Amino acid sequence: MKLARDPSELDVMVMPNLYGDIVSDLCAGLIGGLGLTSSGNIGQGVAVFEAVHGSAPDIAGKNLANPTALLLSALMMLDKMNMEAKATMIRNAVFDVYRDGKHITGDVGGKATCTDFVSAIIDKLE
Amino acid sequence: LCVCVCTIFANLSTMLKKFINSKNLGFLPKYNFGTYAEGRHKGAIHVPIAINPGVGSNRHVTCIPGTGIGPEITDSVKKILSAAHCPIIFDDINDFKMDSIHDPSFQNTVRKNEVIMLGMLQDRDGDKYVDHFKVYQELGCFADLFYAKTLPGVNTRHKNVDIVVIRENTEGEFSGVEHEVYPGVVESIKIITREASRKIAEYTFEFAYLSGRKKVTAVHKANIMKLCDGLFLEECRKVAEQYPFIKYEEIIIDNCCMQIVKNPWQFDVMVMPNLYGSIVGHAVAGICGGAGVACGANIGENHVIFEQGTRIAGKDIEGKSIANPTAMILSSIMMLKHMDLPKFAFDIERALEKTYQDGKVKTMDLGGSSSLEQFTEEVIANLSKI
Repeated sequence: MKLARDPSELDVMVMPNLYGDIVSDLCAGLIGGLGLTSSGNIGQGVAVFEAVHGSAPDIAGKNLANPTALLLSALMMLDKMNMEAKATMIRNAVFDVYRDGKHITGDVGGKATCTDFVSAIIDKLE
Repeated sequence: LCVCVCTIFANLSTMLKKFINSKNLGFLPKYNFGTYAEGRHKGAIHVPIAINPGVGSNRHVTCIPGTGIGPEITDSVKKILSAAHCPIIFDDINDFKMDSIHDPSFQNTVRKNEVIMLGMLQDRDGDKYVDHFKVYQELGCFADLFYAKTLPGVNTRHKNVDIVVIRENTEGEFSGVEHEVYPGVVESIKIITREASRKIAEYTFEFAYLSGRKKVTAVHKANIMKLCDGLFLEECRKVAEQYPFIKYEEIIIDNCCMQIVKNPWQFDVMVMPNLYGSIVGHAVAGICGGAGVACGANIGENHVIFEQGTRIAGKDIEGKSIANPTAMILSSIMMLKHMDLPKFAFDIERALEKTYQDGKVKTMDLGGSSSLEQFTEEVIANLSKI
């Protein structure tokens, strides 16, 4: 209920498996969906970073996918590998592109292709 | 002699009716028999209800105020029902204890009336954690009907949400069967039975059918709990086949929670096992304005328990008269409709609606600054203005 009413009070949450499944999806819903949510599975000696959205067979291979989820997960990976500076740089570039709103993909209301979106991010980095 | 007596009685009853209608007596309402109407307009056809003889006499309802904000909100409801002249007498059980649920003397008090109005039950220190849920099991209340709707004047991100959540109330994750298999390793057993799943599915579709609702969504996690939730879904599907005019869908609990915050309008009636019911119910309450606006009824064959939908104790605001009694008032309206007292339900519904539409008096949880008493007084005042 707290998440649905006023999530601003919450910061980091820890919980068992099932609740984590439910709460993480609920939080993804609050911020715009699974297309923008990053995740990493951390173990001892190994970590797997992945996007939590589905395989979207209907848009596969058409250059329409939004790579944000996987990209943000990859930045989490850089953070873990002690490359926070680079991660922050790329993260800021991504947020700038979203703020401009000119080169965002269809799932978030724009018209850009996947490659357009990535080019825009690279432009920001340069 | 018989004819004389009958004529006298017939005349008396006509005279009594005229008397009642002409005077606003302190203890009897100025009652136009059977003319209340929802959305009545000129030319509306509105057929009165042919009530059974004797149903206007006072009915007894058990009231368990309980703990936390329970006493305040049940008090509020009693005041409103009294102001609306409802023919209800509350039998209070002020010292209700969970352990007494098996006590023979309590059996008489608690089981005496079909309808029970409950403020709030809480575990106390030393109780086993699921004890207060045993009340629902003991009284056979297998279905928790939870209802939340966006109320006028309440500032929420989503407008016009209207969802009924029907939660299985007796088993599932709340079976209370846990043990430590090995130090530091605990098992918790979730019990799903065909019988309980069938009963809750049947109740849900019956409810949807009789309320004119168009869609039932079953919530589950059968991709992981294949046998447990799989059994639940099996029973839901069987019942769904008997109601081809009601749309039936299934959704996994995690996606369901996401959809509730993204696109809640796709849901109408939802059915699910115990734990998911608690989670989804709270999420729905959250998008409608919080625990203060969701009502609930626990239904069984012999008893119905009316309470706040989210069963919130409000420990931090207990006794300060700042709780929002709306949830309990909505529950009492459900209770009046259940008891075939629609006129009073309608009056209180309209008074509550007017209070929210005017927007002058609002409790703190909804961004206002009024106390529980002020809100109650406003609803009572509006009873005479509708």
